[in-house]
Amino acid sequence: MPDTSAWDDGKAREIVVRLAGLEGATLPILHALQDAFGFIHESATDLIAEALNLSRAEAHGVITFYHDFRRAPAGRRMIQICRAEACQANGCEDVVAELRSRHGVDVDKQNDDRLTIQTVYCLGNCALGPSALVDGELVGRLDAERLAGLCAGTSLEQAQIASGATR
Amino acid sequence: MSPVRVFVPADAAALSVGAQAVARAIEAEAIARGAEIELVRNGTRGMLWLEPLVEVHTENGRFAYGPVAPRDVASLFDAGFLTGGGHRLAHGVVEAMDWMRRQSRVTFARVGEIDPLSLDDYRAHGGLKGLARALDASGAEIVEAVRASGLRGRGGAGFPTGVKWKTVLDAVVAQKYVVCNADEGDSGTFADRMLIEGDPFLLIEGMAIAGLAVGATKGYVYIRSEYPHAFRMMEEAILRARRAGVLGASVMGSGRAFDMEARLGAGAYICGEETSLLESLEGKRGVVRAKPPLPALQGLFGKPTIVNNLLSLAAVPSILADGPEAYAEFGVGRSRGTLPFQLAGNVKRGGLVELAFGATLRDLIEGFGGGTRSGRPIRAVQVGGPLGAYLPESQLDTPLDYEALASIGAMLGHGGVVVFDDSVDMAKQARFAFEFCAKESCGKCTPCRIGAVRGVETVDRIVAGVERDKNLAVLADLNQLMTDGSLCAMGGLTPMPVASALRHFPEDFRRAPVAQAAE
Repeated sequence: MPDTSAWDDGKAREIVVRLAGLEGATLPILHALQDAFGFIHESATDLIAEALNLSRAEAHGVITFYHDFRRAPAGRRMIQICRAEACQANGCEDVVAELRSRHGVDVDKQNDDRLTIQTVYCLGNCALGPSALVDGELVGRLDAERLAGLCAGTSLEQAQIASGATR
Repeated sequence: MSPVRVFVPADAAALSVGAQAVARAIEAEAIARGAEIELVRNGTRGMLWLEPLVEVHTENGRFAYGPVAPRDVASLFDAGFLTGGGHRLAHGVVEAMDWMRRQSRVTFARVGEIDPLSLDDYRAHGGLKGLARALDASGAEIVEAVRASGLRGRGGAGFPTGVKWKTVLDAVVAQKYVVCNADEGDSGTFADRMLIEGDPFLLIEGMAIAGLAVGATKGYVYIRSEYPHAFRMMEEAILRARRAGVLGASVMGSGRAFDMEARLGAGAYICGEETSLLESLEGKRGVVRAKPPLPALQGLFGKPTIVNNLLSLAAVPSILADGPEAYAEFGVGRSRGTLPFQLAGNVKRGGLVELAFGATLRDLIEGFGGGTRSGRPIRAVQVGGPLGAYLPESQLDTPLDYEALASIGAMLGHGGVVVFDDSVDMAKQARFAFEFCAKESCGKCTPCRIGAVRGVETVDRIVAGVERDKNLAVLADLNQLMTDGSLCAMGGLTPMPVASALRHFPEDFRRAPVAQAAE
């Protein structure tokens, strides 16, 4: 069972109330909740539905439509690796395969309190791929070894410097 | 003596290869040597293979050095880079570099040159002139200028921007909106991101002009969540513009109101489709709307709304400032002005190349790009994002304009160009086009929701050698059905990369099937 203890209904309600007056408030509220707690707890459905005068089904529908919103906390290190065409042209699929075969990390499957690694499509770094967003910071020119290091928690900035130096 | 201005980009692409560490190393080295510098965090010039690209302001121009690693910094100081001294990483004056000189930088004129968050810098480089002109003009005059410039929607559809604005202008209601589509989801594109991170006030100016033109007082810019740096930059720029009176109840003291907000997407590619984007802004699932009604008449919250791509809105200030004729002088035929092309994928010198319409793909890929990064021959080039066609080497002499590409079954899209070398398997790329559509479809219409899944299965059967001819016929039929029957461009254009792969690279679909490896 994922640890959902970070969630605080009282604080969540404050966030919802503070943002409920915005036009089209649902996404800003969901982003703010996820920023605060790392995920969107089930109880957010009721909070949002009530504050925005939506049905629970509508609120649930929005939360589940978007890839970004997590129903459980992510790992301490969060890696989003781009697997769209421009990164494919630079061998991102080989990187993903090697990460699995040589380092035992499976993209879109590895998801525990230590590491979440998942596929995204395009980070806008298409001339310097393969790329990943690591804890919100972009790393370019990735290879399997550096990615494996990042999965194990090595320094983000060292990876960026190394990416620059390998060109 | 005033401190020497040293520029190290804070653009996300530059950061991705170590610009942050380089900036810190330069600051530390300057302190250690007692050199007085002012470190400016600019956007990127778009010469991405040279990032981190450090520039130094001297009386003889801006000298460029790159790609710089932190360990190069001491030797740069030794070589006297603060006065433009020679070094193995030196490229001379940045504007004189071949790659920059051969471009027509209109929209991206300031990107990389200025401090993106300095309104003074923006003004000193010609910013806010277009808005000042707009404040002296009637809405109809602004719309006419945009029409006369020949500007067409830069998101991909190429619809005349002036015509769209006229529709919104003519709608008589109290509340209208301006929405900027910065949900730049196409792989191989990064112009929106680069512009927001390098010159965000240009977008603010463009949106304010759009608001004045049609009588809208509120704007939204919808930025994808995969661009956290751009989102933070945009929010900060809006705050500063509001504080300086560029946005707010009285735009530049005119007594006329326009304000805007940045909103963050949530990882749905489909929200780049304009009606889906509007649904998302309204706080709903990003499900596509049927058209009509057009968003120009019933857009955000049912109100008349300009929905424009970021690059369209960013082109507007210079059209107002320098006149529509100056903009229309660039380009060919019905494709007027410039397009910021984005050169990406397996290419030696990737980056942003703003050119007048009419240059060829070969100019771009071989002239600017220098061929593939791997050094192997070019096999395929995907133009216009995941929904764009794959073109073979033999079509690289096609001029880059809306009509010329349409005539060969391709499209320009948002200007992304992704290069593949001869190791690419085009059947795999065709399969990916369907797979991507299946993952990102909003699910509203059947051809897209079901068709994409059937497409993956059919390509798999063809590759596996199962009744190839029959399945190729099924695939052709499916392509036609998705093209004709889908509600929006997602389902409607997914067949474009698939059909182009089949047309130009049929051998990849007819290889001897590989025996299934035991899992």
